[in-house]
Amino acid sequence: MSEDADVPKETLLRAFRLMTLGRAADERGVNLQRQGRIGFYVPMNGQEAAQVGCGLALDPKDWIVPAYREIGVALARGIPLKTLFDQFYGNAADILKGRQMPCHYGYRAFRYVTASSPVGTQIILAAGIAQASVYKGEKVVSVPFFGDGATSSNDFHAGMNFAGVLNLPVIFFCQNNGWAISLPREKQTRSASLAAKADAYGFPGVQVDGNDFIAVYRAVQEARQRAIAGKGPTLIEAVTFRMGPHSTSDDPSRYRKQEEVASWRAKDPIEHLRDFLVAKKWIDEAGIDKIEEETKQQVQEAIEAAEKSPPPSPETLFDDVFHDRWRILEEERSEFMELLKEGVLRA
Amino acid sequence: MTEATLIQGVNQALRIAMAKDPDVIVLGEDVGVNGGVFRATDGLYKEFGEKRVIDTPLSENGIVGMAIGMALQGLKPVAEIQFMDFIYPAFDQIVSEAAKFRYRSGGEFPSHLVIRTPYGGGIKGGLYHSQSTEQLFTSTPGLKVVIPSTPADAKGLLLTAIFDEDPVIFLEPKRIYRTATGELPEGDARVPFGKARIAKEGSDVSVFAYGAMVPQCVQAANVVEKMGIHAEVIDLRTLVPIDVDAIVGSVEKTGRAVVVHEAPKFSGFGAEISAMIAERCLYSLKAPVLRVTGYDTPFPYTLENLYLPSVDRIARGIERTASAT
Repeated sequence: MSEDADVPKETLLRAFRLMTLGRAADERGVNLQRQGRIGFYVPMNGQEAAQVGCGLALDPKDWIVPAYREIGVALARGIPLKTLFDQFYGNAADILKGRQMPCHYGYRAFRYVTASSPVGTQIILAAGIAQASVYKGEKVVSVPFFGDGATSSNDFHAGMNFAGVLNLPVIFFCQNNGWAISLPREKQTRSASLAAKADAYGFPGVQVDGNDFIAVYRAVQEARQRAIAGKGPTLIEAVTFRMGPHSTSDDPSRYRKQEEVASWRAKDPIEHLRDFLVAKKWIDEAGIDKIEEETKQQVQEAIEAAEKSPPPSPETLFDDVFHDRWRILEEERSEFMELLKEGVLRA
Repeated sequence: MTEATLIQGVNQALRIAMAKDPDVIVLGEDVGVNGGVFRATDGLYKEFGEKRVIDTPLSENGIVGMAIGMALQGLKPVAEIQFMDFIYPAFDQIVSEAAKFRYRSGGEFPSHLVIRTPYGGGIKGGLYHSQSTEQLFTSTPGLKVVIPSTPADAKGLLLTAIFDEDPVIFLEPKRIYRTATGELPEGDARVPFGKARIAKEGSDVSVFAYGAMVPQCVQAANVVEKMGIHAEVIDLRTLVPIDVDAIVGSVEKTGRAVVVHEAPKFSGFGAEISAMIAERCLYSLKAPVLRVTGYDTPFPYTLENLYLPSVDRIARGIERTASAT
């Protein structure tokens, strides 16, 4: 843990709770998929410090432009657990109306943009959002979240290049978790680091220990100050590790060694923060147990609530394609409703 | 009313929209200082400045991605892609992001933007400055696809596109940028989406076209008129949303239909019109629907005039359809 810790005690305790909550939610997410209760899940286990560290260092008005592995960021931003689990279940309460695979949530009120699945496309979107924020005179930053794999994508290059040229308030937050499904980081690029890539775009790239909450928090704070002061973007490479599979459809034993996973288990980000808090006597074993129990209970309640909600009503299939209804789609809707009525289709 | 060209119609629409609403921002390659390689954005940089007319790096995915991001933050961006042939690096942004944002977010994040791009052949542009690939976009739910054929429509449809709530692919027929002339109405004269225009009235055969093929079809109709065949030319104007009533109404009147486009025939938009006629007014038909289109080859350079539907080829198609029993 970074020793020059001038991060307030309250922030660290809040971070510990959020990271613990994130892990509890994440573990249940995987289990729910294994039990066949939800269709899919993308675990972030091991990346809690990177995600909560970045999330808490941002202002609530800053724009989060996530990928699909960011539950720690979503929780740090304050998105209710129930919203997330409703999305995993794709139920009637899901604000996405059951339209996306689990983990692709978004919530406008929290300036948390709804994720998509293509890798890297969100990076240039964040630059566009930043351009609009500057134009409107809002003192906010845009933060695209992505992994090591996305640094090879077209839109990483476009986003970095546009943000550099236009001097935009963007913090490119890369969680280098070692693996892009089966491709190790060293096969993704010959670049000595991912942070080094910022050089060619004309702005700073910073590599931080992504399992060290304080290091991440401070790096993001610094990048944010730079951006708000009109000094342009920063690329942050948070070096961390994906402890689990890429998704519940992946089997990492096919491509990586157990020893590598074990070596990272010794660097667990939650344990590190916990040890720091205990050493400072800001929390004790009883306090830790209480947080663990409370967060597990919160997750259980969100799951129970989500399971009570029915699926979205069938006719919503046709909503939100366009702002206005158009004839071709309305004809399809009518035919669809007729087939439902006749029992040819069953909800 | 003033006499103007099609590209002047585009330019006027941009100027009027930008003057009216500070949220309207133009971005693209060479659109600023240079005024666009076709001069569509001529004078805008000088009038509105570099914050509203942005010269971007050479990156189509970057241009469209930026525009989507700006739309998510509440602006009304108008992105220019220099040629439709170069739009493909942005295809992922258009199809995966712009088209799906409203739907995938349950309506939380509409992404309204306009992507203007010159399309089509007839300018000796070869493989990569000539193509018409509108069907790639009409087959993607969530996108509107608009193609004007007159200066007044270029202006009026672009104004509607800029103030619409959804992503619009605005295809400009570059072949007739300067040859299509006509009266331009003053001010913010919008033309609604989903309303086809009768370019020439007739009673014997319905001819459906859009963009640069509309004047070709009108000329072909004039040719067959001398043979006593009265063709009705319908300018579809917007492919999404399509004017179903105009298509069905005309075919019910004439009983015969020809569909004309520059794009290759196989899986082209003409197939959609043909199927629409088959599904909705088959029993009005007195002859098979005929398509007069570009051929199913990549777009040629030297032989482009043989590739594109010519007035004579269209006239032949109308004549055959009119005489088929």
